[in-house]
Amino acid sequence: MDGFLEEEEEEAAVAATKKKAAVGSALLPALHLPFLPPHLYQPASSHEYKLNFKKSKEMCLSYIQDAMLQKQWKKAAEFLTFYIESLEKDFSTEYVSPSEMIWRIGTEILCHHSRSSMKEFNSFTEQMKSLGVKRYLKVCLEHTFHLLCNGLIDEAYQNLSLSESWRFGEQTVIQDKEMKLIKAYKGLLDYYNWSKQKNILLEHGQDGFEDLSVEQEMHSYFRKAAVNLKEIIKIPGVWDLFVKCYVDLLEFYGDHNEARQVLNEYAYNSKFPANPNAHVYLYQFLKRHGESKKSLVSALKILHEVVPSHELMIDFNIMLQKSKKRKRRRLGLEVIFAVLDYAGWKENVKAWSCLAKQVKQIVISEKHLDWIQQEWNSRKDWWPAFHFSRYSAKRNWQENESLSYEKALVAGILLGKGCKYFKYVSHQGCKAQVKRFRILKKFVNKHNPVYLRISGLSDCSVQP
Amino acid sequence: RDFNERCAQCSEVNWGLTDGGRLYCRSCHNVTERTTDVVNSDFVCNSRIQTISKGLKKQEKTDGGCEWYVCEGFQLVLKKQAEALEALGVCPQMKDEVLCNFWRRYLQKTKQAYCNTSAGETVKALSVCDSSTDVDSEPETPSPLQLLSLSESEGDLQTDSSFASSISKVSESTSVCSGSVDGSLYLMKNRKEKLRMTMPMTLSFCYMALLWLREPMTLSDLLRFVVEGHIPYLNVFQHFPEKMKLYGLDLKIFRVESWPVYEEVYNKMLELAAFLDLPRFPDITDSCFLHPDMLCMKYLMEANLPDELHNWTCRVVKKIRIGEADFLTLVPGNKSTRNVKYDVLAAAVIVVVLKLLFLLDDHYEWLLSDFAEERNKNNKEGGPYFEFKKWYKVIKCSLDVKQKKLDEERAKYLWRCEKVLFYSDKQKSKVLKRRQTAVNLQNQFGKLSGSVLPAEKPNPSSFQLSWSEENTDGSCFHGHSLKGVLQEKHGLLTVKNPDYWLCTVKLCNEKTCGHLAHYREVDFPQSYHFVIQLFSFLLRIQPSYIHDEVCVVEHKLFNKKLCKKPKYNTGLRK
Repeated sequence: MDGFLEEEEEEAAVAATKKKAAVGSALLPALHLPFLPPHLYQPASSHEYKLNFKKSKEMCLSYIQDAMLQKQWKKAAEFLTFYIESLEKDFSTEYVSPSEMIWRIGTEILCHHSRSSMKEFNSFTEQMKSLGVKRYLKVCLEHTFHLLCNGLIDEAYQNLSLSESWRFGEQTVIQDKEMKLIKAYKGLLDYYNWSKQKNILLEHGQDGFEDLSVEQEMHSYFRKAAVNLKEIIKIPGVWDLFVKCYVDLLEFYGDHNEARQVLNEYAYNSKFPANPNAHVYLYQFLKRHGESKKSLVSALKILHEVVPSHELMIDFNIMLQKSKKRKRRRLGLEVIFAVLDYAGWKENVKAWSCLAKQVKQIVISEKHLDWIQQEWNSRKDWWPAFHFSRYSAKRNWQENESLSYEKALVAGILLGKGCKYFKYVSHQGCKAQVKRFRILKKFVNKHNPVYLRISGLSDCSVQP
Repeated sequence: RDFNERCAQCSEVNWGLTDGGRLYCRSCHNVTERTTDVVNSDFVCNSRIQTISKGLKKQEKTDGGCEWYVCEGFQLVLKKQAEALEALGVCPQMKDEVLCNFWRRYLQKTKQAYCNTSAGETVKALSVCDSSTDVDSEPETPSPLQLLSLSESEGDLQTDSSFASSISKVSESTSVCSGSVDGSLYLMKNRKEKLRMTMPMTLSFCYMALLWLREPMTLSDLLRFVVEGHIPYLNVFQHFPEKMKLYGLDLKIFRVESWPVYEEVYNKMLELAAFLDLPRFPDITDSCFLHPDMLCMKYLMEANLPDELHNWTCRVVKKIRIGEADFLTLVPGNKSTRNVKYDVLAAAVIVVVLKLLFLLDDHYEWLLSDFAEERNKNNKEGGPYFEFKKWYKVIKCSLDVKQKKLDEERAKYLWRCEKVLFYSDKQKSKVLKRRQTAVNLQNQFGKLSGSVLPAEKPNPSSFQLSWSEENTDGSCFHGHSLKGVLQEKHGLLTVKNPDYWLCTVKLCNEKTCGHLAHYREVDFPQSYHFVIQLFSFLLRIQPSYIHDEVCVVEHKLFNKKLCKKPKYNTGLRK
């Protein structure tokens, strides 16, 4: 591994500029005029039309990009064959050097080309590794991913072990982050082996048969995995996979405190990027261990703020509805309204029944009608078209009767008995002689004044 | 034995020079033992010519290479180029008589050979053909700093991005500066007054020789043949003998990393002709290929335009007197007249004729076309009238295809040859390693690509587009008639179109502005742009060059009217 032209070349260049700068500062600060671009002192000439090495390769690159965007891998490979020449003139002055380009494009082509093989990919990767120490570990990681995607887990593990022991002077230090990633992925594979052993052991355990060596092996995997996983999750970042595995390990060995600490850190440390999953994992952990409602609520509340449309919001609403505290029930209503702002939830029966249930409760108790009013205010402009059109009434009725029932209830209360959605669905329901629709109609008719109060049409709207 | 001696074998007197500088008989190819001491030249009759005796070449430098001079390298390049031109059918005199003499004269003028070396100057005397020298003194080694500043100011030489970075390496081992003896000196010499040899200039030499012989090859043809690989230029150093080691600064001189540019080669040719004090070139008469009437015919055919148009181009040529030998013939050093680019001029004449007949204002030509279409539908007798619309469609299609192919070829151009160049021995292993990696990768992806074989070299042809009457699809317009656009008046055929528009009202000053006119696509009708584009493709030069020439021709044509009443739309009657 001695032929790393590009790196040395660059270092030399950097050193040269440093030297120059030092000399310059020793002298009087001279007025330094930059070189004028040639077109300023030369009449515009044919030079812009002149085809040279660089321009030719740039053209080639854009052909490759076009071909790749159109998934024409053969064509991309063809042009890459001609682009490779730029390797011989690679002095890394560009932001992305040709050798890096070749690595990225080549990898992509080999991943997609119908005639490429694992052998092909491996030999390509080996060449790329020796072409640039600066991204040695990145190339290794990419290689590992490719091996994993093809189910070659042992080879991937071997590859990671080799990369882990790579030493190349300062370069190893510079690529510290990549090294941590290498180790983390190795930890992940250790975890994978651990869980395989665990399953064997559990199966055998049921047979009343214990194998000491398997158990020992499993523990050694645990230790290896835990060390590396623990390292990576200390660094701010999104490490969902690593965190999950690490927590699983800790929980298996009963180290709940450590697990909770890890999850809390992952969710609440402000140095980490905002990550909804962090709160999900924390919530799931807390729930598994039967923690107090209060901690569950606080975990989900943050999730609600980050991702109002998260699927856990249904659980959250149910939990809040049951609460005795007014504030929480108020929050519950907010949560379920927010969920239904998203198109993905439009036809979800569960979500609509949650809303219908809570709205119905409030209407019957005639307390906190202002809660509904407040939520409705910001939505009354667009929800009718979004949820309660005649078209969606027709469709819902045809496709899902229960959905149309829940929605009709909400529509009837929020928009009154004259609303299109309610009218259509209740009419169809009565025609089909379904009992609950008749009850629904009565209920809405009875509580029609609520609609007037909510929409502010009634003079007697009094704040309770 | 003298030059006039009879050949021992066939007793003819017809001597030529081999590349080794030996005399050989052109009749029986008998090569004599003796090298020439006598410079045979019609031009070089300078009393200062020195007879250089053959000396033993200083062989075997440390790296196993021999001593050689930059000018010897260029001489080899020229020789290869001349041979290639000969293979393309250029007359055999070109190499041994014309080009060779030009080169000798150049060496003499630049005081590189055939002269008394003036004292104090480190110029080597050497023979043309045998490259012998008995001067032993090594040139001073330039400091890297000087070289660096040189590399920044040099615009005409190929600058390699590796150069700057390699300078630091060179400084470490100053002994490695170039493979040639005078490589560093060569680059350092500030020869403003003398023309320093560069790779593009080898083509200027070739073109000058072709022009001298009035060969049927235009500069645009020559450059196209270079790009297509019929004439050695890129990587020409791979033909150097094994012992001529090329490294260090030699790379800056001999490694080419861009295609030759028309203007550059052309201007250098003019400079060179003046510098060599060449006499007036042989006259370009109307029987010469380079005469506008001839070239117009060629381009009309290539552009698939009716033969009848030739009558009109000839009339324009005659009217503005650009067909006269005095106008067309190159007189070196004559600054009073504008020099002629034969190919561009002919293209411009055609464009002007098209403007006269069809106006090309995005309106009138379509009107005429509709009229011709109607007539062709109703009347099948006689030749069809020329339809501009149909012609546009046919040309546009094939032009788009060709352009696309050309663009792809440009992107797929392979710049490197098998012979690897490196700056210094230190880099050798790295460069070779990198080359090996590149070759491996090329093989790997070559297998994965659709076409395994690289595109074959096209056969050299002076036509890029060809149209034949034999095609029955009606895509050939050579025989179409112009009756639709002409009318008879007083027994003469004149143009129906009474108007004309000028591309520019006033020409710029070429010397101060660099251009005679300025071309912006959006400012001009699309039909006009299309025609310009077509010729730009055929000649492989920028559209603006042709546009400039069109403006010049137009101004000559309307000179009187412009002087009288400078009006934008000027009527033209003939």
